[in-house]
Amino acid sequence: MSSLKYEDRALKIVGTRPLRPDGVDRVTGRARYGADYNLPGQLIGKVLRSPHAHARIKSIDTSLAAALPGVKAIVTRDDFADMPDDFAAAGEMMINYRDVTRNMMAREKVLYDGHPLAAVAAVSDAIACQALKLIRVDYEILPHVIDVVAAMRPDAPLLNEELYTEGVKPRPTRPSNIAKRFAFVRGDVDAGFAQAEVIVEREFNTKPVHQGYIEPQACLASYAEDGQVELWTSTQGHFVIRSQCAKVLQMDVSKLRVTPTEIGGGFGGKNNIYNEPLAIILSKKTHRPVKMVMTREEVFRATGPTSGGNVKVKLGATRDGRITAAVAELNFQAGAFPGSPVGSASMCAFTRYDLENVAVVGNDVVVNRPKVAAYRAPGAPIAAFGVESAIDEMAKKLGMDPIELRLMNAAKEGTQTYYGPKLGKIGYVETLQAARAHPHYSAPLGPNQGRGVATGFWFNVGGETTCALNVNEDGTVALLLGTLEVSGGSYASLAMIVAEELGIALERVRPHSGDTSSLGYNFVTAGSRSVFASGMACVVAARAAIDELRNRVAKIREVPLEAVQWKDGQAQPAAGSAQQFAAMTLAEIAALASKTGGPIAGHAEINAQGAGPGFGAHIVDVEVDRETGAVKVLRYTAVQDVGRAIHPAYVEGQMQGGAAQGIGWALNEEYVYGADGILQNPGFLDYRMPVASDLPRIDTVIVEVPNPRHPYGVRGCGEVPIIAPMAAIANAVSAAIGVRLCEQPLSPPRVLQAIVAAAKG
Amino acid sequence: MAKHHVSATVNGDPIEFLCETGQTLLEVLRDVLNLTGTKEGCGTGDCGACSIMLDGRLVNSCLVLAVEAQGKAIETIEGMAVGQELHLLQRKFLEHAALQCGICTPGMLIAAKSLLERNPDPTESEVRYGLAGNLCRCTGYHKIVDAVLDAAREMREGH
Repeated sequence: MSSLKYEDRALKIVGTRPLRPDGVDRVTGRARYGADYNLPGQLIGKVLRSPHAHARIKSIDTSLAAALPGVKAIVTRDDFADMPDDFAAAGEMMINYRDVTRNMMAREKVLYDGHPLAAVAAVSDAIACQALKLIRVDYEILPHVIDVVAAMRPDAPLLNEELYTEGVKPRPTRPSNIAKRFAFVRGDVDAGFAQAEVIVEREFNTKPVHQGYIEPQACLASYAEDGQVELWTSTQGHFVIRSQCAKVLQMDVSKLRVTPTEIGGGFGGKNNIYNEPLAIILSKKTHRPVKMVMTREEVFRATGPTSGGNVKVKLGATRDGRITAAVAELNFQAGAFPGSPVGSASMCAFTRYDLENVAVVGNDVVVNRPKVAAYRAPGAPIAAFGVESAIDEMAKKLGMDPIELRLMNAAKEGTQTYYGPKLGKIGYVETLQAARAHPHYSAPLGPNQGRGVATGFWFNVGGETTCALNVNEDGTVALLLGTLEVSGGSYASLAMIVAEELGIALERVRPHSGDTSSLGYNFVTAGSRSVFASGMACVVAARAAIDELRNRVAKIREVPLEAVQWKDGQAQPAAGSAQQFAAMTLAEIAALASKTGGPIAGHAEINAQGAGPGFGAHIVDVEVDRETGAVKVLRYTAVQDVGRAIHPAYVEGQMQGGAAQGIGWALNEEYVYGADGILQNPGFLDYRMPVASDLPRIDTVIVEVPNPRHPYGVRGCGEVPIIAPMAAIANAVSAAIGVRLCEQPLSPPRVLQAIVAAAKG
Repeated sequence: MAKHHVSATVNGDPIEFLCETGQTLLEVLRDVLNLTGTKEGCGTGDCGACSIMLDGRLVNSCLVLAVEAQGKAIETIEGMAVGQELHLLQRKFLEHAALQCGICTPGMLIAAKSLLERNPDPTESEVRYGLAGNLCRCTGYHKIVDAVLDAAREMREGH
């Protein structure tokens, strides 16, 4: 456990906008991502995937494929141990190894279009692909279920006959696709609704969307004859990948060394193993390195999208705008195995408001789709779409400004949440006030245009974090980090914190990641934790190094330790100390290190506590084409309390990128399944992510209410900006056309349908 | 079937390679010539991560057969900086924090360079449409557009 208090002091580097230290490699093509790694003699691995949504596997015959010249090994379910129920934290969500092993390689059944069945290693991609076509699988096709509401019905086809709903008492007597029920209650909602004078009640639906990282999953494994394994993979958490691989392959953690490659986007989707254990076992069987790179189609069919959700919201308020009761039911698709983000969504649903009476129920539901993975503020945007749409409608019914209604009910320091803790110092009110004061909020609108506002909350997280800070012999600093540079700018920010602590120029600090043998365990780089938690670790490590530097100077100058203070990158006589001596710079101390006790370093192994919640408020203007139903986003402003922006340009980048992903989610992106349960749009042509011409400028306002439990006041910033856009856009479209839209994405056919229906009355 | 022999130039240097009939130029660049700066995001011409210049024309190298490069001039991200000197666009991308994960950046830079060669004084809207073939999932494009506009301004002013 570790926590350090916020220090309000003048800073020289933190808060400025220097060039990122790892930038040049990324603009020159020198940076090496997953697919850029190769080893001599490597084989190419490819995966055979289910063409059915749901089927029992009667047999798998690999003999023809194995006989193909150039094929070196084939693995199926028989090459992996079955695993019992065994839960572990991975990313922001829990995993169950029983399911992990079944998701990476189907055992009894295939449960979705794209589910892996076998993997081949061959001398070329072409031969591996040819071999896949020679594998004969005998299936017993089973009825499938794609829709979450349909999957919850008692007569729905069951994905897992052993699955009984957890969280319900008494324990159900029949199996169900509802894996788990979450319930959070505070106060008495019936009494709350009895006090209400105005009620809003709505049902909302969203589609699964993919994280959409541009780099497909890629890994390279090498299994040596003594059982030592090296793995290079594009991941948000090399330590978590190591533990998952070691677990499913039943090997010692120490035998597996994972090196993270540069990662071409993750957004929560690269916290889990897919091809990694297959590549390791193929390498074991062939005694050669095996490289596996997914195609874009495989990424869509078999790696985690986030849930589609069905969300029911009911709000009650008095005429003067006090919310007296709030109820939500969240039904989330988990994909083929339990573990949707419905738990975190349930906790986020109303946590922007100070409410006496709340009841939230969340259902985690399995369906015949790929297992969901975390996606930026997992689950929160889906819940916020419902709740923030309902708040908007309530404001309209009350004749109130929607920001005013939110301010009247805003959570603040000391607000009791319905899921557990009281909120500490937070900046929701400041965020709302900044949004209301922004010129965008009062700018005039034209015909067929509408403005929407919505807000978001995310916990932000800490967790296990390590780093090592080595003072080089010339006084420069090698900073070895355990969280990864997934977010664009986190390494810049962490180097800035170290430079600030040591009082040296940023250019003298070089941040790097190492492999899993170079540092102690780190939790995944996710949940907006990297600059918060690694920032804290960097402060611990830097201060440890400073203590050692002071020690060395006390020794060299023959003064007591208390007489030496660290200031402006130098060991100086402490203020008020009678002991005077010539100050020494970091470089001077480093040069003498071998004579004063050896190398100088600081390190940190912490479980970072004290994460401070983040809040955002987004304002959007849209124009609706009444003939086509197309929605054009005209103007966008994102306001967010980040605690403290270490590198404001990259904080803005997080806010802009999150908003853009949310816009795609709201307007275009969706998984489209046919009646046969087959994904119809596994490619960027038909799964339409926003391009530059789809988007306006995304203005940003950084609010800074420092997190009191972080030395630099950091809260985290990556998750919050994706939470509000879906609701903000829905509210804007509703304002433009006068109809409340409750199904996303708000694609042209859906919007046109609403316009036509409204015209018919 | 025998492989095809192809002669071309890459970033000004003469090169020769052997390829299969069905091999894409992207595969040859990455797997045969070891120029891994050009990225594959989709393999279907939808993401632009593999953007290169072929005889002065912006193309998705995943949609070009390697044999089509015979006698042509190929320009990739590896040739954008001249010695220690970054191309102005590369510098502006860094100054504007216009990249996050960076996987789209090589293709985005090539597309931006091609855009400014064709239109040295683009409006914001022209930049957005000019880069619409290149997906970026991290930035929301805001800072990329700013970097390209700033680079265009500085190029016109002759810096």
